[in-house]
Amino acid sequence: MNVQAWTFVMVAFSFAIYIGVAVWARARSTGEFYVAGAKVPPVLNGMATAADWMSAASFIGMAGLIAFMGRDGSVYLMGWTGGYVLLALLLAPYLRKFGKYTVPDFVGDRYYSHVARVVAVICALFVSFTYVAGQMRGVGIVFSRFLNVDISVGVYIGMGIVFFYAVLGGMKGITYTQVAQYCVLIFAYLVPAIFISMLMTGMPIPQIGFGGELADGSGMYLLDRLDGLTDELGFGAYTDGRKGTLDVLFITAALMVGTAGLPHVIVRFYTVPKVRQARSSAGWALLFIAILYTTAPAVAAFARTNLLNTVSNQPYEDVPEWFTNWEVTGLLTFDDLNGDGLIQNTGPASSVPNELTIDNDIMVLANPEIAQLPNWVVGLVAAGGLAAALSTAAGLLLVISTSVAHDLLKKTIWPSITENGELLTARIAAGVAVIIAGYYGINPPGFVAQTVAFAFGLAAASFFPAIILGIFTKGANKYGAIAGMVAGLAFTASYIVYFKLVHPDLNTAEHWWFGVSPEGIGTIGMAINFAVAIAISLVTPAPPLSVQQFVEEIRVPRGAGPGHEVAA
Amino acid sequence: MSQIGSRYRQAYWKRNLTYVGLLLGVWFVVSYGFGILLVEQLNAIRIGGFQLGFWFAQQGSIYVFVVLIFVYVKLMNRLDREFEVDERDETS
Repeated sequence: MNVQAWTFVMVAFSFAIYIGVAVWARARSTGEFYVAGAKVPPVLNGMATAADWMSAASFIGMAGLIAFMGRDGSVYLMGWTGGYVLLALLLAPYLRKFGKYTVPDFVGDRYYSHVARVVAVICALFVSFTYVAGQMRGVGIVFSRFLNVDISVGVYIGMGIVFFYAVLGGMKGITYTQVAQYCVLIFAYLVPAIFISMLMTGMPIPQIGFGGELADGSGMYLLDRLDGLTDELGFGAYTDGRKGTLDVLFITAALMVGTAGLPHVIVRFYTVPKVRQARSSAGWALLFIAILYTTAPAVAAFARTNLLNTVSNQPYEDVPEWFTNWEVTGLLTFDDLNGDGLIQNTGPASSVPNELTIDNDIMVLANPEIAQLPNWVVGLVAAGGLAAALSTAAGLLLVISTSVAHDLLKKTIWPSITENGELLTARIAAGVAVIIAGYYGINPPGFVAQTVAFAFGLAAASFFPAIILGIFTKGANKYGAIAGMVAGLAFTASYIVYFKLVHPDLNTAEHWWFGVSPEGIGTIGMAINFAVAIAISLVTPAPPLSVQQFVEEIRVPRGAGPGHEVAA
Repeated sequence: MSQIGSRYRQAYWKRNLTYVGLLLGVWFVVSYGFGILLVEQLNAIRIGGFQLGFWFAQQGSIYVFVVLIFVYVKLMNRLDREFEVDERDETS
């Protein structure tokens, strides 16, 4: 069978599993819809969290990004895993003890203020929409390349699937579907990685093969060969850093704190039965994420070496089939500047102009073909990419629908709404969100790629300090929290908007404040939020006694509610 | 809440903060320390094909993160039992 047939089989098979799981696990109450009845076992919750977290960006984009960034790519590896340590140690157990449905719930109750709640809802909606549009684009890329359908048809199919199980199943349906999606995506990621590691280093474990000797009999270490190749072609050695140390520090911190502040990740820890399981499920989640995240840098190094070996200085006439296939999508372009018919792929330090442009996003998808793996592996990778994109999209849609139905409608505008009315609103909101996300998937606004920094920066600068101060101090009050969130948000958003949208031409190190890029500015935004919140809390009236008791209560596990079985 | 109960809780909270502080110290050292600030110095040491600083930045820090969370879970479960604030089974 050819690649297209295999892709079709793999994708259809995995979709059938998701639909089956969704029908089996549909939600019957708001408790089940929002937090799966708080009954998910920690290992499964860990898997679902991992699938929820690992998006199209992790699966399709990250290894490609690292392949071209070299050591600087570590900011994503450490940033997107280190945040789980913060989550597990500083947030998850206390939020589970608090035991409601959402992050705005916590902010609203702890800071005894509707204004604080609404500010939190707006942040949650903004972060989630930014993210979900990116997922739909990932779905579109996979469909258009491997199944030869139009990107928009791909997005419609993706929308249909997500609509089906998010609207029907709520958190319960999504959680169990995500467990299945985790299995599909991790299998799809590891199989080609193991194959390629075997081919290149003779070692089946990619994490070890990464530091091993090449299997070509040269006795040379893979990383040394790669350093040599990249250096010679003017890219600079692969294992050397090119970003400023301070910038790397700030980006890593912004990504870590942003991860810990993302509403669709935090809400996961409301779904387990007990506080101690909230702690351990963060551990399981990180373990499952680490399997992919420690494989990714190995895949990146293999892919880059393979790519340079395969195309550099080769005649354009003889390029392999995958090269031509990706040229059609426009994600890979070759421009024979010197007219010699050879492909020159060179870096900024080389005297020979570069003729090959490759989009980061295609490296993982093209990798099995570059390494000439069997067709079924290529199909499997496509199914894995879809699993990653769909699972994250579903988790985000749930946050959006919960924010609208629960935080805005039930808690702010219309408190007397019935359980069934709220559930219906949540379903309608999920449906509307799917349509909006799909629209942006088909017509991606030019700024989607640039605004990824937004989601993390805003989460870092808004939620994280408010929640931390809410748990670890009794004195933080509503004035401090609101002023802190607004100041952190306004600062971070204006810095990013200025450099990414207003003056993209000035977006270089010499114009940044202290050399901190827009990707890393969330760290400073967070510091501003903390400083403002503490200062204002000190000069305004302390929170009421009931709030101080509330803080005492969430600090000990005993007495956590059994979950939210409202109407079974 | 009685005076004793309140002091008891404060002792529990203090121990919790000590654990969190120590574990976050390790978290900081392996990622920001070994992976970013000291990366060049550590790169002088080689293990197989890896330069050590590069290894911490792309592999080692992640392994340590996973271990840290499970150590925290273990420490806190023990602490909860010691102070009798663990969740009783009838709440499940």
